[in-house]
Amino acid sequence: MTQTLSHELTRLAPLRLPAFVLALSDCLTLIGRNLRHIIRVPEQMIQMVSLPIILLLMFRYLLGGAIKVDQAYINYVIAGLIVISVGFNLTTTIVGVTDDLRNGIIDRFRSMPMLPSAVLIAHVVAALCRNAVSAAVLILAGFAVGFRPTAGPLEWLAAFGILLLFVTALSWVAVILGITAKSVEGGNGLGMILVFLPYLSSALVPTSTMPPVVEAIVVNQPVSPVVDSVRSLLTDAPAGHAVWLALAWWVPVLLLSVPLAARLFRRRTVG
Amino acid sequence: MDTKYAIETRGLRKSYGDVRGLQGVDLRVERGTMLALLGPNGAGKTTMIRILTTLLGPDDGVAMIEGHNVVRDASRVREVIGLTSQDASIDGVLTGRENLVMMGRLFHLGRSMARQRADELLSQFDLVESADRQVRYYSGGMRRRLDLAVSLVTAPPVLLLDEPTTGLDPRSRQALWETIKKLLAAGTTILLTTQNLEEADQLADRIMLIDEGRTVAEGTADELKRQVGTERLELSFATEPDAQRAQDVVGGVRVAGTSISIPVEDAGEVRRLLNKVGDAGLDVQGLAMRQPTLDDVFLTLTGHNTGEKQ
Repeated sequence: MTQTLSHELTRLAPLRLPAFVLALSDCLTLIGRNLRHIIRVPEQMIQMVSLPIILLLMFRYLLGGAIKVDQAYINYVIAGLIVISVGFNLTTTIVGVTDDLRNGIIDRFRSMPMLPSAVLIAHVVAALCRNAVSAAVLILAGFAVGFRPTAGPLEWLAAFGILLLFVTALSWVAVILGITAKSVEGGNGLGMILVFLPYLSSALVPTSTMPPVVEAIVVNQPVSPVVDSVRSLLTDAPAGHAVWLALAWWVPVLLLSVPLAARLFRRRTVG
Repeated sequence: MDTKYAIETRGLRKSYGDVRGLQGVDLRVERGTMLALLGPNGAGKTTMIRILTTLLGPDDGVAMIEGHNVVRDASRVREVIGLTSQDASIDGVLTGRENLVMMGRLFHLGRSMARQRADELLSQFDLVESADRQVRYYSGGMRRRLDLAVSLVTAPPVLLLDEPTTGLDPRSRQALWETIKKLLAAGTTILLTTQNLEEADQLADRIMLIDEGRTVAEGTADELKRQVGTERLELSFATEPDAQRAQDVVGGVRVAGTSISIPVEDAGEVRRLLNKVGDAGLDVQGLAMRQPTLDDVFLTLTGHNTGEKQ
């Protein structure tokens, strides 16, 4: 009978490929897992597609009429809604990471000859996918209700680049929150930070309408320059330094959050 | 280290703050055999499994699997082990088949081999009908079967099972036992942790009793039982104080509030014991002779039950 086992071992021998190829393969395998979650978990679909549409219609037809800005409100608010939906979508990332750590699947991964942090990379890639869908939904539905961007191809590209930087950096922050959370409920609570942050920005109303103290806070928080730069790139809103400010905030966040996430993950899972 | 042993540890220590998980455990499992690690909650069983599966570094001591050091050659160790832990660690949103293929790919099997292996394991574990259903709709027994199947994707020569049948109904437990026996017969080396004495007795070649991070006893089930006498006399009394007084008079261990259990060699000894109890003015309510169980061994050697924490 021992022969059966050794035969099986030869038959089921792992592919001998360079380490980085195997690491890439681990990432792709786990990205496949996370993408299946997007399709199969109704809450994720609702957050990704339905919620942005509801927000869009609400601000276009319910609240928008009462808000006075220098351009058509729909042109003003699209950039804000894209950023607000990022907060919602990243709650899923936080909860997903916490859940994986809690239910033992990461222990199993770590007992296997694979790259354990591929789990985190897959969560971030899935977050990028969800946010790309949300943004696309908002822009397309926006067209249907009067959104008229003035951007040329380069401006679209620049706006895309800034959003990509913002979402990637904030996804790693979400991963950190997910690692830090003690329970799935706790992770949900921490998610409220990301959900709330965009509301405290220039996403929905111009900062000039706010009392000076509030304005000072709102103008100087990291989400406002993202909203302002995307808005100015897509429409004819004035640009100012928003693009540079956005880069100055989010490049460092990205550069710090990735190693911090890796370190916390190691500490949380080892010992 | 001796290559006769697929799993070997020497002087393994691990503490968490003040809690001492393992306090110098030596363990050897011969290739192709099964050792059951038996002990109550908090005895250090899971700590042992976590060290052997490279999830946890020991404070001191050495642990080797198939000749690979779990700290220095962790990646080699990961290639030869399969792990099934207490909480079935599989993805509930994926189907059974998808879980198996995913794990196959993460073990770096080729795409078609991963699929083929998934099919084989699904039929081997009687999961073909539910193969394409999401795991969150599986029953507890099905989840455990899938969990075990997942740890067998690469047919690992060494399998570590951390309380694999905890929380299962008797029928599912029996079915899982049969599967584990087959794996053993096929030449797999298995380390199993359990709080269930029957499980250890039924499955394992050798049993190690551990308590508070220390080895209490080790041997075959028969060897261990022989340590506590050939047969046992069980006496029950009306009240706990009576049982306590009887224990003071004749020794033995308390098995329940009002019963005591004493090892006996022959019928003469039974009569002598009963006379002593009678002389002390105690009424025996019930009397039984029975074969010693691993429970008796544990109780005798540690002074408490396998089920109790302290």
